[in-house]
Amino acid sequence: MALRPDPTFHASPKLAMQAPPETYAYTLLLSPDQSKPDALAVVDVKPGSATYSQVVHTVVMPYKGDEFHHFGWNACSSSLSPLTGHAFLERRFLIIPGIRSSRIYVIDTKPHPTQAKIHKIIEPDELFRKTGYSRPHTVHCGPGGIYVSALGGGGRDGTDGPPGIFIMDCETFEILGRWEIDRGAQTKHYDFWWNLPRNYMVTSEWGLPPQYENGIVPEELLANKYGHHIHFWDLSARRNVQTIDLGANHQMGLEVRPAHDPIREYGFLGVVVDTNNLEGSIWTWWREGGRFHIEKTATIPAEPAPKDQLPPLLQGFGAVPPLVTDIDLSLDDKYLYVACWGTGELRQYDVTEPRKPKLAGSVHIGGIVRRTPHPSGRTFAGGPQMLEVSRDGKRVYWTNSLYSSWDDQFYPGGMPGAQVMAISKPGGGLELAKDYWVSAPDGYRAHQIRLEGGDCSTDSFCYPSV
Amino acid sequence: MTVPIETWTLGWLWLAVVGSGLYHGVNPGMGWPLAVSAGLMAKTSRALWLALWPLAIGHLLAMLVVILPFSILAAVVSWQQQIQIGAGLLVIGFGVFQLLGRRHPRVLTRIKPTQLGLWSFAVAIAHGAGLMLVPIYLGLCRPGELDRGHQAAGALISANLVMAVLVSLVHALAMILAGGGMAWLVYRYLGVAFVARSWFNLDVIWAASLMVVGAIALGFAVAGLH
Repeated sequence: MALRPDPTFHASPKLAMQAPPETYAYTLLLSPDQSKPDALAVVDVKPGSATYSQVVHTVVMPYKGDEFHHFGWNACSSSLSPLTGHAFLERRFLIIPGIRSSRIYVIDTKPHPTQAKIHKIIEPDELFRKTGYSRPHTVHCGPGGIYVSALGGGGRDGTDGPPGIFIMDCETFEILGRWEIDRGAQTKHYDFWWNLPRNYMVTSEWGLPPQYENGIVPEELLANKYGHHIHFWDLSARRNVQTIDLGANHQMGLEVRPAHDPIREYGFLGVVVDTNNLEGSIWTWWREGGRFHIEKTATIPAEPAPKDQLPPLLQGFGAVPPLVTDIDLSLDDKYLYVACWGTGELRQYDVTEPRKPKLAGSVHIGGIVRRTPHPSGRTFAGGPQMLEVSRDGKRVYWTNSLYSSWDDQFYPGGMPGAQVMAISKPGGGLELAKDYWVSAPDGYRAHQIRLEGGDCSTDSFCYPSV
Repeated sequence: MTVPIETWTLGWLWLAVVGSGLYHGVNPGMGWPLAVSAGLMAKTSRALWLALWPLAIGHLLAMLVVILPFSILAAVVSWQQQIQIGAGLLVIGFGVFQLLGRRHPRVLTRIKPTQLGLWSFAVAIAHGAGLMLVPIYLGLCRPGELDRGHQAAGALISANLVMAVLVSLVHALAMILAGGGMAWLVYRYLGVAFVARSWFNLDVIWAASLMVVGAIALGFAVAGLH
């Protein structure tokens, strides 16, 4: 039992930025053909270490076919919430959902990251029985325990009832039940995050399981049948208070990134593709006068390309869509990083003025047509996908895989798992670190990254940075 | 428990009322970080002072809700010891429950951050903050003065009620002075880093406090039987 709060819990984003830098990263590995069990890789990210940028430990799961995607900590800075007063949890367990199997693993990272091991396995049946949800995805540590979004409802194909969020106990990891009391117009799910002192949650939409599990369904996309709404909720009342339609052509608004400083009542949303012109876009949402608003604040155009260089899926369009599949915001709320998985670009926007993002930096790596190599000369298959920014904002890490069946459609040439890092230069600008390259073990792809002690998409802060 | 009852003076009991108030006040779990947050989020110290009011009133009501039933029970003079023994056991039992049944607080998440009074009330009830005061209160109500034993039940009840309000008020005042002081220091001088730095795990000590208070009350009640 801890006598003092975990030293990795910080009252404000500013305090988190001043904390010591990360020395280990956790990266999810997935076996795209399900021939091997998925795994968690522990990567040494301490500069100067003999094993720098290498996988130093892996936790291999006992089952196959889980499809690891996103994951998160059992506890974070939200434990310092003045409301729920539970400061003595430990940031210790990683909660890893299998998005395909609906199985959930709890991994113990103590006593040392290189000794991480399985602590508990929650079988899919327990999730189905207690929540009626399936396909668990985004994990956030919050005031009532661990909140997990589920992308599917009940039944074999996950379409029996709407998907939603469920809560797990942050100590026993028992599934407690559904979070929503009134979901309003919400019928699809993807990501969620919140502003704890302001008491609201924001959720986004991808698509229902038949729309993604066996690959993207082009007819459904062109018919604008993927998600295109954003939902705003009263967090303590568990009620949907407002739903905004982005316009049906804005397909798949995925990652929700609220400003980290809780005094700021705005945030961002990345939209994967506009079916009118294939562009990707960044949207800014904000609360004013008790109502939520959202507008498109940046667009990234598609890049024309000859048909013979395109995968069959894109040949009819003669262009590569940027495919904005992930965005991440630095802890000082200054830079928004945008992954363009199709064109192979990582963009850095200065969002000091949240409704006027300014392009501040960019690096190219991979891409469907560009295929830009890493500065070390290695081939980076795929494009920048899952991002993670260090707490101090100086390093941006990313991997290359989106989702097994979609990877194969957009990058049919294959995609060995890789993780790279770019340095964020003072005053703006990005530069790929030549000496940082992590190869996933043979046959594995790499997805989300979590940094030891917290990162820019984990911790929720309850006090402003003054 | 060999201390003679005579030394358990009124002065000490009042000191316990104030002391428990200060103890509850400095405990972050009783709400001073909420006042800090209110001040910082509104960017004005006025919001901090305003937040202290509902926190104090919620705490005061939680004390009253727990103590008032005892003020009526305490009027049954002939059952004095039994009531004290019962109260002592209740407080010890709650302490044991707090020690063994510690779970992540979930009900509190249903309270809006703006409902500070309700929050303060709920958190004080949940932690047994009012129960901690019951044995002290019963000690103050002790009809030690012989003539009180002959008073009419009605008069005794009203005297006990006044005492209950007085005890709760003094306790809540001490609580909010201590909590308000902490909030102001952190807001004005120490910074929010102090929220984590000052937060000691009082769970066990808190549960132990309940058990100690209950045990002392029990000891005196049993001693008083003879």
